[in-house]
Amino acid sequence: MLPYIGCIILFLIGIYAILTKRNIIKIAIGFCLLEYAVNLFFALIGYKKGSLAPIYTQINQQRNFVDPIPQALVLTAIVIGLGTTALLLSVAIRLHEKYKTFDIKEIKRLKE
Amino acid sequence: MNYLPLFTALPLLGAFLTPLLSKIFEKIGDIISTIITTLLLILSIYSTFLLPIFGNIYVYEIGKWSLSPIPLGIIFAFDSLSLLMVLAINLLSFACAIYSVRYLDGYTGRWKFWTLFLLMVAGLNGIAITGDLFNLFVFTEISAISSYALVAFGVEKEDLEASFKYQVIGEIGGLTILLAIALIYAKTSTLNMADIANTLTNENKGILFWFIVSLLTFGFLIKSALFPFHFWLPDAHSQAPAPISAMLSGIFIKILGIYSLSRLVFNIFGLNRSNAPHYFDILIVLGILSIIIAGFIALRQTNYKRLLAYSTISQVGYIFVGLGIGNFWGVVGALALLFAHALGKGLLFLTAGSVEKTSGTLNIEELCTSQKRLPFYGVIYTLGALSLAGVPPFLGFFPKLFLILGAIKEKMLGVGIVLGIFSVLTLAYLLKITNKVFTNKKEGEKVGVPISTIFSFLLLIGLIFILGVFYFNYLYPNLIEKAGEAIMRGIDYAKLVLMR
Repeated sequence: MLPYIGCIILFLIGIYAILTKRNIIKIAIGFCLLEYAVNLFFALIGYKKGSLAPIYTQINQQRNFVDPIPQALVLTAIVIGLGTTALLLSVAIRLHEKYKTFDIKEIKRLKE
Repeated sequence: MNYLPLFTALPLLGAFLTPLLSKIFEKIGDIISTIITTLLLILSIYSTFLLPIFGNIYVYEIGKWSLSPIPLGIIFAFDSLSLLMVLAINLLSFACAIYSVRYLDGYTGRWKFWTLFLLMVAGLNGIAITGDLFNLFVFTEISAISSYALVAFGVEKEDLEASFKYQVIGEIGGLTILLAIALIYAKTSTLNMADIANTLTNENKGILFWFIVSLLTFGFLIKSALFPFHFWLPDAHSQAPAPISAMLSGIFIKILGIYSLSRLVFNIFGLNRSNAPHYFDILIVLGILSIIIAGFIALRQTNYKRLLAYSTISQVGYIFVGLGIGNFWGVVGALALLFAHALGKGLLFLTAGSVEKTSGTLNIEELCTSQKRLPFYGVIYTLGALSLAGVPPFLGFFPKLFLILGAIKEKMLGVGIVLGIFSVLTLAYLLKITNKVFTNKKEGEKVGVPISTIFSFLLLIGLIFILGVFYFNYLYPNLIEKAGEAIMRGIDYAKLVLMR
């Protein structure tokens, strides 16, 4: 149960950072935390306590396997997350070049 | 129909060939994308003839990973609803690719544009044909990430700002969808959409089920920019390059948001008006709120593309009202409007690009006093606007009729009246541009129009007119009615996919 609670706390910290921080780099970090929370949750779903890695050489032992599919999916999700984070940060760098600030309150040329 | 993977493989091939070959010849991207989008259009038109032969559903198992009857690997399930979506995507992407050839003349880094464009098309086609939930997420992210980069393509201050906002909001939506997928996997131990539908029918719909549904709805409503999740859309869609605005407004939000949501809600979760009335009522309320609020904001806009962007939010509201009405005519109206709006709004955003190129501004007041006469764009724009507002001979008329019919059949007279009245508002804000930008100019220089622009405009307006006039001869019985039936089939979708 404890890992799930940690996962929810991580998720909430991420949401908090995105909603309240004014620095766009901190918003990007908050976004990363959010993503890690979801990935962690996904990995936890496949976990069974005291079971083995899903490799068939160990089949003669009378123990369960963990579910390998969430791990494979999380790997994909992490790669996607890498792409989005990289793009977010590169846009943040270009924003800093143009506006000379990371403050979201000063980056508002678009109104309405 | 075992060419189904080509719908994603072809654009991916083009996307990765373009950067390699552009070192040799800079404009190779133009040629590659034109060929690829043409091939995709031919494939999707070919599918309209082939699909009825296969009994309106075709399932392709990637790598033949199957343990009959349950597919183990990823499957592509191509039914009438996918067909309508694929047709809309490829029609619009073909027109936008042709248009972009001349539009890109002012930009550096053409190959980057084409790579991202083709990646976006690959993602959109993938979403429309996939039958696997996680695969749906992957394709959503492929197209979403390339759209974030495309919005920032001009790298001006405003473009970057819009792109940053769009990314943060869009990714919150994406992560919510991923969380929901994780929960669905925990509940059903499968990712195949048909198998999920089968498993969920045998279980009672507890609090976890409704939590999953609300997470998914939240995620997809962000992607489809329904009020109150609309605030990123006007920035992103007005700052992107014009062909990308046309793609985003015309088809992108509909595939990512509306198609995915309706597929999941109707076909996978098996919700309909009789077993979940409150869910559908919420969709109607949000839809009507976005029609009214976005409509009035659009009326006050002074920027050409921002006005069109707010108009998109308002039209998305109509589509959601149709889905929320939930009977056959409501759903058919929503799908027909989706198709009509894809072509119509795509066309209007393309004219915005041409006006910006020739006049150098998109501010309506400045364009009003500009000395340039743009009769060709004016005529095309006005015809497209009339279609969007639902004036009879055009494509946009019947969808709104279906929606009102659906509302009356469901005994929701008030909804029908609101839909009817606010069509007039649509006409008012769209014709505001005709009035200020294109008319009242007796003298002034006439501006030449590039041949590729003429071609793509005439293609779109021709389709809007011809399909509108012969609506019940071709479009309705062959595509839209069957797509509506595919949605109304509910969880029988699962049986069709698994038995095939």
